[in-house]
Amino acid sequence: MSRKRTLFEKLWDDHLVWQNQDEVALLYIDLHLVHEVTSPQAFDGLRANRRRVRQPLRTVATVDHNVPTTPRGLPISDPIALRQIEALEQNAKEFGVPLFDIGADEQGIVHVIGPELGLTQPGMTIVCGDSHTSTHGAFGALAFGIGTSEVEHVLATQCLPQKKPKSMLLEIRGALGEGVTAKDLALGIIRQIGTDGATGYVIEYGGEVVRALSIEARMTLCNMSIEAGARAGMIAPDGKTIAYLEGRRFAPQDDEWQQAIERWRHLPSDPGAGYDKVVEIDAGQLSPFVTWGTNPAMVVEVTGRVPELSTFSTQSERRSAERMLEYMALEPGKRVQDIAIDRVFIGSCTNSRLEDLRAAARIAKGYRVHSKVRAMVVPGSQAVKRAAEREGLDRIFLQAGFEWRESGCSMCLGMNPDILEPGERCASTSNRNFEGRQGRGGRTHLVNPMMAAAAAIAGHFTDIRNWHFH
Amino acid sequence: MNRFRTHTGLVAPLDRSNIDTDQIIPKQFLKRIERSGFGQFLFYDWRHGSSGEIEPEFVLNQARYQSTSILVTGKNFGCGSSREHAVWALSDFGFRVVLAPSFADIFANNAAKNGLLTVALSPGQVTELVRRAREGEPYRLTIDLEQQKVSDAQGFSAEFQMDNFVRHCLLEGLDHIGLTLEHEEEIARYEARHPLPSRIRIAFHR
Ligand code: SF4
Repeated sequence: MSRKRTLFEKLWDDHLVWQNQDEVALLYIDLHLVHEVTSPQAFDGLRANRRRVRQPLRTVATVDHNVPTTPRGLPISDPIALRQIEALEQNAKEFGVPLFDIGADEQGIVHVIGPELGLTQPGMTIVCGDSHTSTHGAFGALAFGIGTSEVEHVLATQCLPQKKPKSMLLEIRGALGEGVTAKDLALGIIRQIGTDGATGYVIEYGGEVVRALSIEARMTLCNMSIEAGARAGMIAPDGKTIAYLEGRRFAPQDDEWQQAIERWRHLPSDPGAGYDKVVEIDAGQLSPFVTWGTNPAMVVEVTGRVPELSTFSTQSERRSAERMLEYMALEPGKRVQDIAIDRVFIGSCTNSRLEDLRAAARIAKGYRVHSKVRAMVVPGSQAVKRAAEREGLDRIFLQAGFEWRESGCSMCLGMNPDILEPGERCASTSNRNFEGRQGRGGRTHLVNPMMAAAAAIAGHFTDIRNWHFH
Repeated sequence: MNRFRTHTGLVAPLDRSNIDTDQIIPKQFLKRIERSGFGQFLFYDWRHGSSGEIEPEFVLNQARYQSTSILVTGKNFGCGSSREHAVWALSDFGFRVVLAPSFADIFANNAAKNGLLTVALSPGQVTELVRRAREGEPYRLTIDLEQQKVSDAQGFSAEFQMDNFVRHCLLEGLDHIGLTLEHEEEIARYEARHPLPSRIRIAFHR
């Protein structure tokens, strides 16, 4: 009998093009996603060295990071952003790379459109010049973020030299309580293992909780793997994965579909396969979370309080917590539900898919956004936007006083005009609460979509488990 | 890529952990389409006050840390976004080496591709270097990549571990793409066994 292997090891072995004694492997890349911010210098590099794109049809480009989310007909006011978008159009044309441009029906955040178009499939290696490429691991793909030099490398060779990461099994036991979502699960994990808890590892999420998650929720979970430092996060494909992909535009069809299903069946880790590290999480211990600091491990229950400095064990942790509290303008011991907010952002590759918008809309229905709050909903893609509009979610949001915008990364990183003003406090469904991430001096609290919608209406954080639904 | 053998330079201490790439280069400066000119934006929000004035307290703005080329900093340096602009900004500003207890994966990969050396030392060693860099005279370190050693003239000496492949490429100044293309035959053979799924071809050409 052959050696017992994990999902990750099977993918690794399947994509080995070459390997030397130094244990540097040349991995074949099945799908390379490209966007406007991390690619221009890579295409320049190709031109400078007279190289072509080796596999243009294994490369798919879109614009997401700095596109405005105002109606598509309006001109792009930022000339530098426009230059970057035009550079990608030019590069895609010159090198024969398919591009879903700003006006396209398929446009959206790169990690939202890959899965919804069926480009993302189990067993694939997927890279993108963006750290949240880990999202695609939800399908049982090995998907990781790369830098611009590596983007150029993949464009030129369709391969990447890689050192084999270590493997970690995150076994999630129990069941998620009411109002506790995949976002809270991700935040709970980062709180437990730290922002560098998985550095050097590929995480496989397992356990009954993961099996019970929808595909979209699995994407939310895998999306935030990078926030724990992981190289990638992955979940073995199952019936839900197959059901999600069937009939999607780029998914295999007919005979190829049958063969694909047959291949995917062999992907899950063999029983008894070994991991370098195993971590257990008790899902029953989690609740709807709010981050209070400037990294995603600084997590507290919505019913909790901003921590006292004395709860930090080392001098340097105390100093760093102090700095965070100063930046966030928070007092130790303050009740989370007493924190008033100015802005709400529902969007980003973490939480901008249809299920997320449905959950937020259920909360918003029949209410009004608090008079002191400006709240925006930014669907992850044009397809999500259309689907939400078919269900009337846009009307629920608009009637409640939320803005309903065009798709893109938007206020997740504020490279377009959607930013926080200095000192503004935001409940955000995105993935990073770093200093200045959503705008210089802006204060970001990461939450799940229902928590964000409820905060918009209440004007402060509130426990969605007590929400009165209309 | 330029070769990296050994480097001696002045040290700047930036004693914070988990410095993310949003701090190293804030996103408003990512819109250039060139690789150069990012140095002026390095740690922009820390180097400048809210109306753009210079923040005299910040370490890189202090007179004694001008012309430093070695950054000593806290654990998990470079976490967050994959933006290679962070590495370009550090290099363009004049840094050749970053010393820290640990680095985020993507950042370390990006650094290696650009001839910026990332050296991981123990937390204790880093604390000691921060202390030395803050005291007295301008503080100078030598990083010898061949010997895998960090040392100063006052008796500090530490060995460091480094990935063989990365070390070799840095020492020889090798172009990673060129190296991979030496395996053209293996790549072509792999592609023959794994053709592009017909669905992809059809869907793109509809
Ligand atoms: S939504 Fe945010 S995290 Fe996701 S790809 Fe865009 S900028 Fe990156």
